[in-house]
Amino acid sequence: MAGDRPRRIVVGIGNPERGDDAAGRAVAQLLRGMLPVNIPLNTREESWEITEHDGEAAALLSLLDGASEAFLVDACRSGSPCGTVRRIDVAQVAAAPLPRGVFGVSTHDFGLAEAIELGRALGQLPSRCVVYAIEGGSFEAGAPLSAAVAAAVAAVAGRLHAELARK
Amino acid sequence: MVGKTIKVDLLARIEGESAFKVVVRDGVVRSAELRIFEPPRFFEAFLRGRAFTEVADITARICGLCPAAYQMSAVHAMENALGLTVTGPLRDLRRLLYCGEWIESHILHIYMLHAPDFLGYAGGIEMARDHSEIVRRGLALKKVGNEIMTLLGGREIHPINVRVGGFYRVPRRRELEPLRERLKWARDAARETVRWAAGFDFPERERDYTFVALRHGSEYPFNEGRIVSNRGLDIAVPEYDEHFEEMQVERSTALHSRLSGGGSYLVGPLARYSLNFERLSPIAQEAAREAGLGRTCTNPYRSIVVRAVEVLYACDEALRIIDVYEEPGRPSIPIEPCAGVGFGATEAPRGLLYHRYRIESDGTIAEARIVPPTSQNQASIEEDLASFVGGFLDLPDDDLRHRCEQTVRNYDPCISCATHFLRLETDRG
Repeated sequence: MAGDRPRRIVVGIGNPERGDDAAGRAVAQLLRGMLPVNIPLNTREESWEITEHDGEAAALLSLLDGASEAFLVDACRSGSPCGTVRRIDVAQVAAAPLPRGVFGVSTHDFGLAEAIELGRALGQLPSRCVVYAIEGGSFEAGAPLSAAVAAAVAAVAGRLHAELARK
Repeated sequence: MVGKTIKVDLLARIEGESAFKVVVRDGVVRSAELRIFEPPRFFEAFLRGRAFTEVADITARICGLCPAAYQMSAVHAMENALGLTVTGPLRDLRRLLYCGEWIESHILHIYMLHAPDFLGYAGGIEMARDHSEIVRRGLALKKVGNEIMTLLGGREIHPINVRVGGFYRVPRRRELEPLRERLKWARDAARETVRWAAGFDFPERERDYTFVALRHGSEYPFNEGRIVSNRGLDIAVPEYDEHFEEMQVERSTALHSRLSGGGSYLVGPLARYSLNFERLSPIAQEAAREAGLGRTCTNPYRSIVVRAVEVLYACDEALRIIDVYEEPGRPSIPIEPCAGVGFGATEAPRGLLYHRYRIESDGTIAEARIVPPTSQNQASIEEDLASFVGGFLDLPDDDLRHRCEQTVRNYDPCISCATHFLRLETDRG
């Protein structure tokens, strides 16, 4: 599953039909459009797997299994102004636990924070593991991204693009 | 007067939002209430006016844990209304889909939600720090369930490949092959799970439940059977409404179910197992005996062992189905709408799930009625609390509260499904 080469993965998390909750997916989609042009993806050694995910913890953890590097992007609701971006290096030994209850959660409240903390408890987090959290404003069914989150999505895609290019 | 109130305002490690309150006076439990305050979701109302063909996709959204159960009860009810019986490989594939859902749902509950109660952890993540190999086994087992769901349902959650009459696409034999080795590992891991769970320390508490579950002539029930109890009930699915009733209680946004003219009853793993032990495969029966379970089980705390036996059965049954699978000539049986009323009951991981639909001649849904397992179990959960808490009153408040929470989690309640549900509140005076 992990193959011979280390897997490197970008995961955009969210529900595409719930307003700003789609922010993580929107970043993944944007990044997919940016990468082939600007990053040498043609050789497998350089490739990044860019994927979208609903955020269910067990499946998310399974997705990270065997990855050496992972960037995860998800919308959050922490009380900050809509569109606020936070970059959290969760693989750091000194990293505080990812706050639970601020990311979109799935059934049984098992979402991104639980996947990361479970991965940490099991010692199976990728050695480089970064979460980008985008503060959402509206999570209404069927709503588009709010303007502030759309702008943050573009900004995070740009930052990630620069991070992925860095060795 | 000496008394106390055990109160939990938001129950953790269950699906959905609920609370409970137990009032104790002079060492006697006066009341036990389960409160469900998750807002109602109106699925039955917005199914009206939709096409009968949409029922599997709409009802799949009721639950992220047991979507296939909703799909199965829905399509069987529609097929009942339209006079269609699905047989052969298509029927087998439906059982296989159910195997995937039982594995996925039961394993999540056993490993991440319920085992921490027995081993003294706040949750699955805390337990994983000390029991990483065991939790890894649980996650790997769940993944096998997910793989079955993905292959047959199109994706892990809220499958999109189920339709009235069959499936949109059926797998080729070669697509099922890779599952075989995975399932052989899972069957061994499930057997280890039974042994592991059987080693927990169980409170010796029993209740004389009225068990209700499906019973089929030869199979451990998923999709088909008569509705039976251990008190002589033996009815066809369409007779459900004559024998069961739902009532509104002020403390809950979920309706309470009762036997008509009778009291509470229990659906789910304990009921299913106790009414169908002899229909389990030999390996599952053997594991149950080895785990110290009799042919029936009336200790709700041991439900975690029964769930593990059911996971073992599901792995075994999935292997059997894959062995005999012949690709059907077509993925579904064509079906034309006609006016009618249809009834369906299948065994969701949490228990009996009943659907009834009335459809118009053009296939438009005129009426829908959905009775989920957690609704049916609410009264029994309250009675367990009322019966058992008295025996735990010498515990310190925190331990008492924990014991109450564990008692509710015995049921693996699915509040979101039931609303039309948990916080503990104990009043000792």
